[in-house]
Amino acid sequence: MDFDLTEDQKEIKGVARELLAARSPMAKVREAALAGRYDEALWREIVQLGWPGIAVPEQHGGQGLGAVELAVLLEELGYACAATPLLSSAVAAAVIAAAGSDEQRARWLPGLIAGEIRAGVGSAELIADGDGAEVVVLVDDDDGARLLVAPECEPLVLIDPTRRFGRLPGGRDGAAGGEGEPLGADAADRVRSAVAAEVVGVCQRALEMTVAYVKERRQFGVPVGSFQAVAHRCAEMLRHTESARSTAYHAAWAADAEPQRLPEAAALAAAAAAAGGREVAAGAIQAHGGIGFTWEADVHWLYKRAEVDRALLGGVKRHHAALARAAAERVAVTAG
Amino acid sequence: MDLTFSEPELAFRDELRAWFAEHEPGREPQGDEDAHYAWRRDFQRELARDGWAAVHWPPEYGGRGATLTQSAIFFEELGRSGAPLPANVLGLLLAGPTIMTWGTPEQKERYLTPILTAEEIWCQGFSEPDAGSDLASLKTRAVKDGDEWVVTGQKVWTSGAQYSKWCMLVARTDAEVPKHKGLTYFLMDMEQEAVQVRPLRQITGESEFNELFIDGARIPDENVLGGVGNGWKVALTTLMNERAGLAFFLQVRLRQLLDRVIGEAAARGLLEDPVVADRLGELHLKAEVLRLTAYRGLTAIEKYGQPGPEGSLTKWMWSETNQQLSQFAADLLGPEALVAGSRWSYELLRARGNSIEGGTTEVLKNIVAERVLGLPKAR
Repeated sequence: MDFDLTEDQKEIKGVARELLAARSPMAKVREAALAGRYDEALWREIVQLGWPGIAVPEQHGGQGLGAVELAVLLEELGYACAATPLLSSAVAAAVIAAAGSDEQRARWLPGLIAGEIRAGVGSAELIADGDGAEVVVLVDDDDGARLLVAPECEPLVLIDPTRRFGRLPGGRDGAAGGEGEPLGADAADRVRSAVAAEVVGVCQRALEMTVAYVKERRQFGVPVGSFQAVAHRCAEMLRHTESARSTAYHAAWAADAEPQRLPEAAALAAAAAAAGGREVAAGAIQAHGGIGFTWEADVHWLYKRAEVDRALLGGVKRHHAALARAAAERVAVTAG
Repeated sequence: MDLTFSEPELAFRDELRAWFAEHEPGREPQGDEDAHYAWRRDFQRELARDGWAAVHWPPEYGGRGATLTQSAIFFEELGRSGAPLPANVLGLLLAGPTIMTWGTPEQKERYLTPILTAEEIWCQGFSEPDAGSDLASLKTRAVKDGDEWVVTGQKVWTSGAQYSKWCMLVARTDAEVPKHKGLTYFLMDMEQEAVQVRPLRQITGESEFNELFIDGARIPDENVLGGVGNGWKVALTTLMNERAGLAFFLQVRLRQLLDRVIGEAAARGLLEDPVVADRLGELHLKAEVLRLTAYRGLTAIEKYGQPGPEGSLTKWMWSETNQQLSQFAADLLGPEALVAGSRWSYELLRARGNSIEGGTTEVLKNIVAERVLGLPKAR
């Protein structure tokens, strides 16, 4: 039992943290958000570093690493709230590599890794980078997943302007046709695990910004962080962050090491991230007080990212239902 | 990252499972606290005979020198087997390790073996009526008289005091110095007239806990542990040991309770009910978060010698989840769960103590805020 990142994984995380802190501080995030564009210079650098292919085997031109490395990278992407299409590109590449056919790998991976092909990831109603995507990893309501080629998504302008979105023509109804090429059974769970990892970073950033703020901000002659009502909410935020982290790392590990555990692990990660992302980012706004409600305070980018990621994860209800089934199956197995 | 057990860990688990398969704890006695206690003591003796009573103790004291992970496996398997917590759990988890850390060679020689074999049961005399969360403000006094100490005061929440030979007692030996500095840690013999044990009736109706009235009890000088005036540090050693292994036992018991609730829901055809499924799914999530987070904490201690930020969260997560679970059972079963003396009504009431015993949730949040997040001392 070793529930910790390896030295190499920590190294990847540290490098990503440093690079994104230098290239994508909040001022840059704001700039990209206001322009409604990705940070193209940052994206070029990320492609040169090979991040979109982090979880793609070397034989297909990737870095030959796994889902845990993808998770820590996405965690840092969430931490920075960086305005790039890395989530959809890296997740699509990882899913096609793990759950696609040889033909699909040959067709899509080189272009995705080179940053030449734009991918979308999501469901019929909500696809990250769906607008203009040449290929979409689409998760269906029944947990199946398909690869759609040039689906001509409708653009969708959401509250999170640090990312582009789209949906299938007709939204939910557009999914009914069932077109596209089927992907392997674990595709949907790999998508969820990856999005959950990003939320861990969003939580971590929201928590750190909040802790720094409540230590600094003084009212009644003392730092507001010395009031238990504020301090306890911060403790709750830590709890949600660490809950999301435990389940996200567990799911990432299961994806490669014990795929039979992945469906339940992904549901755990998705439910914890959907709940935690909302709680922590909302707590950040509250703890910042009036400033937290202003455009300048930057915590709102995290809340917006958390709410949209929650929707990308499919909310919590479906995951709770899946988890209830999983728990009941365990009981049945033990009894049998 | 590897979330599977290693070969030695699996071998340890399998040996333990085989042992539990051969050593049925027998039926849990109902209704009679003394019989229940005797059942727990007998089972500890069986564990001790085969070297399973304190796997985390070093071999020279009768343990197996188990790693933290093996120790966690022990408590998981203990919980899974349906066996009770050993009768002398406070001796095994708290007194023993504290004596190993601070005791003289004579003290180690004298006290450790009878802890292991449940020949001498231990209780913990820390909390007082006016010193709960603020433990260092305790008022029980010990005054030197020749080569003895004379102790006067009152302790509360001492579980198992009526069965105990020894008490881990923290008393004030110097009232002139700041409050943390004037404390001394004693090993007090409970078998004396000056120590009166009075059962404390809980909201469940039972008496797990007691009050201790100490009126001129005598403790020989050689029963000071860790030096006069050093009691706060020694007490912290005890408190830090308090939850390490138990977390895994509690986590498994939570899972067993959840499994029973699922059984009840299935029997009523309610598993497909969307509201029931939503709450069950959330409880399953919380139980798994607790298990995973506890293992993360274990890795942190094994690799870095101290828990990470997650380590402070597990007790709080457990108590809240256990409370929600028992309340969910009450919602699911309706009045049937509220029948006095029933298993579910007991769970519902007993769970209220979870967020108070061993550190209230409010104090735990303060600790997280101050020590993990580095916020200013709370007001």
